[in-house]
Amino acid sequence: MTGTEKVLLTVEGLTKAYPGVVANSNVSFRIMEGEVHSLLGENGAGKSTLVKMIYGLVRPDTGRMTLRGQVYEPSAPKAARAAGVAMVFQHFSLFEALNVAENVALGMENPPKQSELSQRIRQVSEAYGLPLDPARLVGDLSAGERQRVEIIRCLLQDPKLLIMDEPTSVLTPQEVEILFKTLRQLSAEGTAILYISHKLEEIRALCDEATVLRRGKVVDTCQPREKSARELAEMMVGETLTPPERSGKAPGPVALDVSGLSARSPNPFGTALQNIHLTVQRGEILGIAGVAGNGQDELLLALSGEIRTAKDAVKIDGKGVGDLGPNERRAVGLVSAPEERLGHAAAPDMSLTENALLSGAVRKELTSRGFIDWAKTRTFAAGIVKEFDVRTPGIGTAARALSGGNLQKFVIGRELSQDPSVIVVNQPTWGVDAAAAASIRQALIDRASGGAAVVVISQDLDELLEIADRFAALNGGRLSAPRPTQGLTVDEIGLMMGGAHGMEVAHVHP
Amino acid sequence: MFILEKRPNPSRFWTGATPVLAVVLTMIAGGLLFAALGKNPFEAIRTIFLDPLIGDNAWYYRAQLLVKAAPLVLIAIGLSLGFRAGIWNIGAEGQYILGAIFGAGVGLWFYPSQHWYIFPLMIIAGGFGGWLWAMIPAILKTRFGTNEILVSLMLVYVAKNLLASMAVGLMRNPEGSGFPGSRDLSAYPSAANLEIFAGTGIHWGVVAAVIAVIASYILLQRHMLGFQIRLTGQAPRAARFAGVKPERLVVFCMGMSGILAGLAGMFEVAGPAGKISIDFASGYGFTAIIVAFLGRLHPIGILLAGLLMALTYVGGDIAQSNIGLPSAAIQAFQGMLLFFLLAVDLLSNYRIRFNLKEAH
Repeated sequence: MTGTEKVLLTVEGLTKAYPGVVANSNVSFRIMEGEVHSLLGENGAGKSTLVKMIYGLVRPDTGRMTLRGQVYEPSAPKAARAAGVAMVFQHFSLFEALNVAENVALGMENPPKQSELSQRIRQVSEAYGLPLDPARLVGDLSAGERQRVEIIRCLLQDPKLLIMDEPTSVLTPQEVEILFKTLRQLSAEGTAILYISHKLEEIRALCDEATVLRRGKVVDTCQPREKSARELAEMMVGETLTPPERSGKAPGPVALDVSGLSARSPNPFGTALQNIHLTVQRGEILGIAGVAGNGQDELLLALSGEIRTAKDAVKIDGKGVGDLGPNERRAVGLVSAPEERLGHAAAPDMSLTENALLSGAVRKELTSRGFIDWAKTRTFAAGIVKEFDVRTPGIGTAARALSGGNLQKFVIGRELSQDPSVIVVNQPTWGVDAAAAASIRQALIDRASGGAAVVVISQDLDELLEIADRFAALNGGRLSAPRPTQGLTVDEIGLMMGGAHGMEVAHVHP
Repeated sequence: MFILEKRPNPSRFWTGATPVLAVVLTMIAGGLLFAALGKNPFEAIRTIFLDPLIGDNAWYYRAQLLVKAAPLVLIAIGLSLGFRAGIWNIGAEGQYILGAIFGAGVGLWFYPSQHWYIFPLMIIAGGFGGWLWAMIPAILKTRFGTNEILVSLMLVYVAKNLLASMAVGLMRNPEGSGFPGSRDLSAYPSAANLEIFAGTGIHWGVVAAVIAVIASYILLQRHMLGFQIRLTGQAPRAARFAGVKPERLVVFCMGMSGILAGLAGMFEVAGPAGKISIDFASGYGFTAIIVAFLGRLHPIGILLAGLLMALTYVGGDIAQSNIGLPSAAIQAFQGMLLFFLLAVDLLSNYRIRFNLKEAH
């Protein structure tokens, strides 16, 4: 924050409707110069549409914007950049086979010579505490370093407003700290930052002002530092949230025993699993954290049976299942829910009934001698819809027609309804609204209380700290030794996740 | 300006209506084509679509309709299983030829003895021949990751050469005064695929086609294997999650389509064609691809599409001889059918929206 209390951007009555949904309705707010302003809201609250309009990607139906007193109507991102608005997207647009300087040059209108550009990149990266070697290949960089490339690309344009969309989802806590330092420095120099996130603690730590969106409308504004994370969440959701309840029962015998699990990734850019050891007792939830792309998908595949390994690398109730496929493992009692809902956990164009059959056929005995009992399958699907409060016109609806949260409730519900002894889920509440996320977490806890061994792989630290009994982190395909969640500090968690990736390398080339 | 907007659910109405719309559009465009050739378009369309059904000699053409439709439906049903799972067997023509060679080979082996079991053995051999030919691309795909489209297509040309060498070599009729071509199987009672009811065109291949339609309907709607086939085609990763073993599915789908194509070839060589000859392969294996898609890869749809395609064949022949339409025009007409089908297919997943506001 600076003393120059000049208005940078005003947004007045912005409305954008898509067929069937009003993404933004009469949205107004303003950002002062040097202010760190947060847009708060659940998935589908209209945050993305709003920033896309500010960045010139989407044109509003009605309403107007001004930038430093001038009428601001960007027709394309190019115009927005020319006016001093820059944006760092959640998904990077970088070429892995090119080096940092070449990638930066690709995003510029009139790039200077390579040597000159490298020089400027070095200057900016040093000035803002973002160590980065312009000559390194992007393919060799960690996610945090790649983000720095994007940020520096923006900073070279000397922006007045920097929009950041969910910037910390790929960072360890240490890397988040580095990023925040940079953002605070920028703010102190008068650059305003529009910060989009659903991580409430971060918003409390960083932002001066917050505009809360719900169903496309501005419902509140506040100063996040003066509110608790809980209060912010309730402003977002518009209802009172109850934290999940735990039963204090002592865990039972070991149900899932993984020892010396190593596996190549089926994906050419994936991460191989290296010598993973873990045990989960009945009645216990093991939380596995990690920055995206550190072997989470591979771990789920190796546990679900989509990747096969040595027989005794994975044991369920003492029985070696490492060489068995998904259905054989289901028969023994292991169910799983992969991260990607559409296309992996569920077939997009198939009905909910058919999707219930997809993974439920074995344990729910929905077939006899290979023939499908559709009546029984429909009953199973209807039961999931009812018990897990899936909002859908009916069980004949195609999976892709459901909202992300409702489909996730269906997918998780389908697995939990099979009376499993081991449950493995990856990103169970990713992209799910707060109310649905709370009910999914509660359901996982209830199954653990009921005697199931639960593994939750998640990139949401708050979620893991809330529900996990023990905690481990994946880093480069290796799993840290699990530790009890109680008493863990964020610093310790960060170190388990690998600390600040790539910092050492950057120091070598100052 | 109009924009295409993806429907949240595929439209049930348009899924059923697009084939009908495609046929109507084909009639219109075909009519224009025939008019441009100086023919009366209404007469041409009527000749193609109505004469085989209710014309002067319809009793003969109706039988021909079944004779032509049977191999198309039989092959298309087999192909549809693979196509649904994303396994592209383009070489049904080759499997059809091999089925004919194997079936005919068994028949010729027993010539001239008369036994009841010769014809059933020929059926088994025909299916086996088609299966064997389809297993080449299937095994190469599952073992070495080759592309089944290319391998199965290339094998069609191998099969054609094999057919030619059989017709002039191993299977040549010793009493045929040196002309290429085998003995006439349709004149050899123990091996002949005769009409079951005289004059109707219903031979054993028609029966097999009907059985294939019913069996594949049950497989796809009621059986786990059919579910896995559909799942693999729609969402391969979800299929792996559901425990589908992709290699097994490739072998099954290629095998089934090979068997059915082989059977079609065998019924053809023992019946309507009568013998192994250089020009035995008449393109049923390729046309069946059109039939499979025209029928929306659905068993009942394929049955109707096979009949429709047979109609354009039979009607096209009549139009050639009666009003002198060139055969190229008939082929273009058949091509239009697939073209329009694929084009209007868009409507089942997208809706067209006219938007004047965004047009500026």
